[in-house]
Amino acid sequence: MIEMENVSKWYGDFRVLTDCTTKVAKGEVVVVCGPSGSGKSTLIKCVNGLEPVQQGRITVDGADVTAKGAKLTNLRSKIGMVFQHFELYPHMSVRDNLCLAQEKVLGRSRAEAEARTETLLTRVGMIDHISKYPGQLSGGQQQRVAIARALAMDPIAMLFDEPTSALDPEMIKEVLDVMVQLAREDGMTMMVVTHEMGFARKVADRVVFMDEGAIVEDRPTQDFYDDPSSERAKDFLSKILNH
Amino acid sequence: MGDFDFGVIIQSLPFLWEGLQLSLLLTFLAIIGGLVLGTLLALARLSGIVPLALFAAGYVNLIRAVPLILVIFWFYFLVPLALGRPIGGFYSALIAFVMFEAAYYSEIMRAGIQSVARGQVHAGKATGLGYWQIQRFIVLPQAFRNMIPILVTQGIILFQDTSLVFVVSLRDLMTASSIVARTEGRLVEMYLFAALVYFVICFSGSLFVRRLQTRMAT
Repeated sequence: MIEMENVSKWYGDFRVLTDCTTKVAKGEVVVVCGPSGSGKSTLIKCVNGLEPVQQGRITVDGADVTAKGAKLTNLRSKIGMVFQHFELYPHMSVRDNLCLAQEKVLGRSRAEAEARTETLLTRVGMIDHISKYPGQLSGGQQQRVAIARALAMDPIAMLFDEPTSALDPEMIKEVLDVMVQLAREDGMTMMVVTHEMGFARKVADRVVFMDEGAIVEDRPTQDFYDDPSSERAKDFLSKILNH
Repeated sequence: MGDFDFGVIIQSLPFLWEGLQLSLLLTFLAIIGGLVLGTLLALARLSGIVPLALFAAGYVNLIRAVPLILVIFWFYFLVPLALGRPIGGFYSALIAFVMFEAAYYSEIMRAGIQSVARGQVHAGKATGLGYWQIQRFIVLPQAFRNMIPILVTQGIILFQDTSLVFVVSLRDLMTASSIVARTEGRLVEMYLFAALVYFVICFSGSLFVRRLQTRMAT
């Protein structure tokens, strides 16, 4: 579904990604982790072309994201993305946040868009807040709306960029529950940048560990946690486990 | 004080009201036109397309480096030359104000657009929205909202600047007051009254801005 081959990226002279190669098969859940500044958020933003790459190739469902003149808008509408800081549109109600791209990109009628919106908000437990504005919601609620907004496009895969790292601890679970349900019940193809080990153990098929812009380990979840092969991964795990 | 005759104001109220209407109409139309053109200039400047950005930057810097009264003169004399026929004081003044204000509004809107977090653009892109859709539905509404107090302040300045249209023989509030002042020989009364009207309108505008700011801060 998602394939990355030798992807490299520079900001000026500074190399942020070095020959990253990995793939996510249909229905697979892959967790990307690593110390801050290791390039994991940048990597995931390359998948839908939010960050351009200078070298290498990324394909999603056979379409080349990195090709010159690639139809990115079309491709992006098929890949849902959830951000660290939610990025709901503050000037629109929850309803309009979900309807906007359905109408403008997918060409759904207002009635169709609203019907889909209501179904998804019910699913993430936010239907009672449909007329509120993002500023009236807690972080966890906003993130659940953001997930529903991405799902409203009926995506073939979902990208999550640290979806719980800006949340207060008591709100992390409500967001992770939605994500677990998405993985288990829908069999959604997911690439998730997160440090939530519980989530990874529950639903991730593989863990990609990054450090200094390179993929250091790419292994089945159980293997990675039980027996990380690199010193850097061991060091990282000991830090997040024993804090 | 006995020499003052404030009755002259009452008598000339219809005449002054016509002047005020012209000032307000000119302000209103110039705000709308300037805002539209200014927003386009701001988008051009931020577009990343070099010739467009250079043109917009050149325009803004040129206009902001000349006095408004000169711009009014330019359009009064140049537009008829370009069109081959006179368009009258009102339209030439209106064009001048729109072109002049656009330069200032474009700088305000540019700051407003930049004040919208990049994540918002990413969120729009991630759902497949195109550049113009993102600007239209996500960035500009927020930029505009963030900038309302400064936009209103600029509108107040613009209202005061409409008093310059006397140079193209238009009868705004200031010019109407001057005419009455001179013909009736009541300079003090008329200029005091004109000042009072400008003050009331501009100060109400300032109060409105202050209220907006406190409302937006909460």
